[in-house]
Amino acid sequence: MIKFSEIKKSFLVSLWFMFLTFPIMVIRVNPIEKTVQWRWRNMMIIGIGSFLLSFVWRFMLERKESGQKKADVFGIHKISFIQRILQEPKIYIPLLIVTGVFAIVFPFIFSAYQTNIMITALMYVMLGLGLNIVVGLAGLLDLGYVAFYAVGAYSYALLNYHFGLGFWTVLPIGAVLGVIFGILLGFPVLRLRGDYLAIVTLGFGEIIRLILENWNEFSFGPSGIANIPRPGFFGIEFSLQSATNYIYYMMIGLTLFTIFVVNRLQNSRIGRAWMALREDEVACQAMGIDKTKTKLTAFALGATWAGMVGVIFAAKTTFINPASFTFLESAMILSIVVIGGMGSIIGVVIGALILILLPEYLRAFSDYRMMLFGAILVIMMVFRPQGIISNVRRTYKFQGKQQ
Amino acid sequence: MLKLKNINTFYGNIHALKDVDIEVTEGEIITLIGANGAGKTTTLMSISGIVPPRSGEILFMDKAINHFRPDTIVALGICQVPEGRHIFPYLTVMENLDMGAFLRTDKDNIKKDLEHIFDLFPILAQRRHQPGGTLSGGEQQMLAISRALMARPKLLLLDEPSLGLAPLVVRQIFEIIEKINNESNTTIFLVEQNANLALKTAHRGYVMENGRIMLTDATENLLLDENVKKAYLGM
Repeated sequence: MIKFSEIKKSFLVSLWFMFLTFPIMVIRVNPIEKTVQWRWRNMMIIGIGSFLLSFVWRFMLERKESGQKKADVFGIHKISFIQRILQEPKIYIPLLIVTGVFAIVFPFIFSAYQTNIMITALMYVMLGLGLNIVVGLAGLLDLGYVAFYAVGAYSYALLNYHFGLGFWTVLPIGAVLGVIFGILLGFPVLRLRGDYLAIVTLGFGEIIRLILENWNEFSFGPSGIANIPRPGFFGIEFSLQSATNYIYYMMIGLTLFTIFVVNRLQNSRIGRAWMALREDEVACQAMGIDKTKTKLTAFALGATWAGMVGVIFAAKTTFINPASFTFLESAMILSIVVIGGMGSIIGVVIGALILILLPEYLRAFSDYRMMLFGAILVIMMVFRPQGIISNVRRTYKFQGKQQ
Repeated sequence: MLKLKNINTFYGNIHALKDVDIEVTEGEIITLIGANGAGKTTTLMSISGIVPPRSGEILFMDKAINHFRPDTIVALGICQVPEGRHIFPYLTVMENLDMGAFLRTDKDNIKKDLEHIFDLFPILAQRRHQPGGTLSGGEQQMLAISRALMARPKLLLLDEPSLGLAPLVVRQIFEIIEKINNESNTTIFLVEQNANLALKTAHRGYVMENGRIMLTDATENLLLDENVKKAYLGM
């Protein structure tokens, strides 16, 4: 049904857009011939285009709302298409096998460049899953997550530079340092919630970056640390190609390990305590949940993964400097969690793959790719605020009355 | 069993509880009535350690607990059902109940208690896989009480269980409160605005005004007291 008022609104939108874009799209001054060109055709295109776009936008919004109303009336929460696939073993088992085979043969089909992109994507999967503990499960908005990532990366670079420690030795050390820094950040922010917590964690992230940037004697400042060795394998020397493949398979293994651990955590008592803490602090205290300990474990366990990925990042790129650990990086990881679906493991995995691979393959649109990326984010948040795959926990089947 | 001696509790500069003395003996239902802002909820918060008192002493089984953290106090056997229910809306009924047993490790007994609770509230058994937020107000109150019971408390602190419920549901809840007290000999500390019902359910009552205990007696006597009648029973 197309209402007249809707058309009117869209019409006003298109008028407004034509007015806004008038100076840049219609007038063109030619300073050499001293003439002014009036490009009325552009104005027409913008008018029609914005009219159509705003109309479609309104239509989609309305459809979304009426769909929600219907679901509320019947007491049925729509289970998304993807979730239905995930619940049907006949579909998801072959799907898993295909994905698994694809993941194994990936480096042999595609170039080293593609494999490298995939490694990056897998690193973000791990980062996303780690942040998912803090943000998705415990509901603590952490904008400084990248600090732990930096801690991991610098711990490998510096320990290797000064003491010659190898990758596999530093990997657990990086994780432990992540835990320590997680607790260090956790203590002062225990009393904070929401916006204030976000601000303080943001500050923490910047502090770590600024220290790395300015403390030359310690971290070699903005020039960074080069010649970090790639991960070894019982002392075998790799060519560049096979080193990439090796890191790729290692990442696959570590990602699976992360998924396993996070899944177990989510279904454990501590996982449920995190979720309870997210929902109601007073009730948690009344139930005897130690608020301090629960929040600190969330920070610490979230930071563990960032520390580990940091070590891998340093080993993969063989060069690090503070510029890799800006706020933008934190925002990216947070977007992965939010867009993938907070609290949902498969959602975060898919979110990371999309958010990291999409800009890579949008390179064809070069200048517009970040704009497209932004537009996709906005559209996502309007039409699917719960993320690509919302947490299964939040939906349930209506089984009718059992007598 | 529980003794409050000269408790003074503050919210910043606001003196909420002034020299409060309360004594609870084992096995009884005790009620604390009073108007809005009298300090009833604060009393419970002080006992459970969420808002610790600034001075005075709280003794539970002859042990001072006023400096303990909330989770230690729960571990000792004092469990609170907070005002306004405070269930976890996105966790299922089962998960809510499991959170109640957070500090317990005896799996077999937890299972037994779960069955006991489903006997007590059959409606919760039906709804066990539904998120808590989709239950009705009465069911949520039942869930909040059962969640507290899952901790196997020796002393159950109930904060306004009748808040926002239909009269019929309120009666049902109070019947169950009496049943819990009778069957498992759980001591109950009931804070209520519905003075009439509270006084009829409890054995002894305290009347609170502006952070002070004004009156204490057996509930039969309080129900006949002229001042209580006028101020709280509307007679």
